[in-house]
Amino acid sequence: MTNSTILKSSIAKKVAMALSGLFLITFLSIHFFVNLTSVFSEELFNMMAHFMGNNPIIQFVMQPILIIGVLFHFIMGFVLDFKNRSSRPIAYAKYNGASNASWSSRNMIISGIVVLSFLGLHFYDFWVPEMAYKYVEANPLNAQRYYHELGEKFESPIRTAIYSFSFFFLFLHLWHGFNSSFQSIGVNNKYSKAIHKFGYAFAIIVPFGFIFIALFHHFNH
Amino acid sequence: MKLALKIWRQNDASSKGKMVDYTVEKIEPDMSFLEMLDILNDELIVKGEDTVAFDHDCREGICGMCSLFINGEAHGPDRLVTTCQLHMRKFKDGDTIYIEPFRAKGFPVIKDLVVDRSAFDRIQQSGGFISVNTSGNTIDANTIPIPKHDADKAFDAATCIGCGACVATCKNSSAMLFVSAKVSQFSLLPQGKVEAKERVLNMVNQMDAEGFGNCTNTGACEVECPKGISLENIARMNREYLKSSII
Repeated sequence: MTNSTILKSSIAKKVAMALSGLFLITFLSIHFFVNLTSVFSEELFNMMAHFMGNNPIIQFVMQPILIIGVLFHFIMGFVLDFKNRSSRPIAYAKYNGASNASWSSRNMIISGIVVLSFLGLHFYDFWVPEMAYKYVEANPLNAQRYYHELGEKFESPIRTAIYSFSFFFLFLHLWHGFNSSFQSIGVNNKYSKAIHKFGYAFAIIVPFGFIFIALFHHFNH
Repeated sequence: MKLALKIWRQNDASSKGKMVDYTVEKIEPDMSFLEMLDILNDELIVKGEDTVAFDHDCREGICGMCSLFINGEAHGPDRLVTTCQLHMRKFKDGDTIYIEPFRAKGFPVIKDLVVDRSAFDRIQQSGGFISVNTSGNTIDANTIPIPKHDADKAFDAATCIGCGACVATCKNSSAMLFVSAKVSQFSLLPQGKVEAKERVLNMVNQMDAEGFGNCTNTGACEVECPKGISLENIARMNREYLKSSII
């Protein structure tokens, strides 16, 4: 069997989805940690945001890898969903999916689309202005601006509500996605129970933590 | 019990099918689901109508021949049973029951509720075997020491009867539970290790060629499997596949 056949195989695609998902989970953890500091200390948050926004390795190595990772995960998600739908040309008249699988596991494409839409808004809110500030307008470095910019964004109740709604769907996506990633890469052993517990805890703590941060800044600015 | 049935009727593989309404009466709770269909067919014969075609053979949950997607679930609402082991006590008087064939691109309908599951045969033929000299000098398998844990896992995987409920119930029509069980039943044992690499690569390749969808780990297959085949087998197959692809 040729290498190209192997790369096109269902298992290779599944593993690629899992690895890109785990990569995004790692990024999400770092993002959450940085954002969480904004609740406790303006100074610490500014320092961390300034570091993340100006460190050349993060900016010119990690950031492009992250964007490629996000694009890959979403494109592959759509490709696999299309393939999977075409694998049943005639739908059942009655399909009781809820009897044997969770909503989150059956609707990863829906939760994924909501998260993707949110990322569009998030890029428009933070990433695009940041790129314009640094590389288009070429403003001087200002390590004190991040906390106030964050607070300004969450003044709007509509934006805060959209963020909270989106993070709820991120919770649903992670609720299945975290543990599914490990199953896909072949991890199903004596540590699986612990991984599952950690995965469910992560799926709750991180998205609802982000919602807490958004609400915190909405009500404190 | 009096029951309303909505059954998929389709003349042959090339014609279009549709759901057709029937009513059956005097159904006893202790009847099996297939006996209920036998009664319906008896009535259709008396009326001079075409009987409903459905697969069955042993009628004791061993052969994997019966199928049917009943009220939105493979093998119906009960757990760890095939359709032939499903009893009418699981339904109530006046219920409406949807009866459909297992649906997947890899399982084309032949007639009514009968589907062609030969895709599973082709997957098996692509690697689901071990090459043993049967010239008369065959060594008894029991002379090879095998850890009980491995033997138990292999036997659990080998209980798969290849009915196709995993494909039918999976929202993606994925056959990975079946294929992983057939990979695992050999790869766990010393006799299966010799051809382990070719086996997993060929079987997965054939599975993909048959048009089955991709597993997204919903776990529905494990729940609906009449033999309780574990998702652990899919993880093992993924590992075997990755190992065989890289090395």
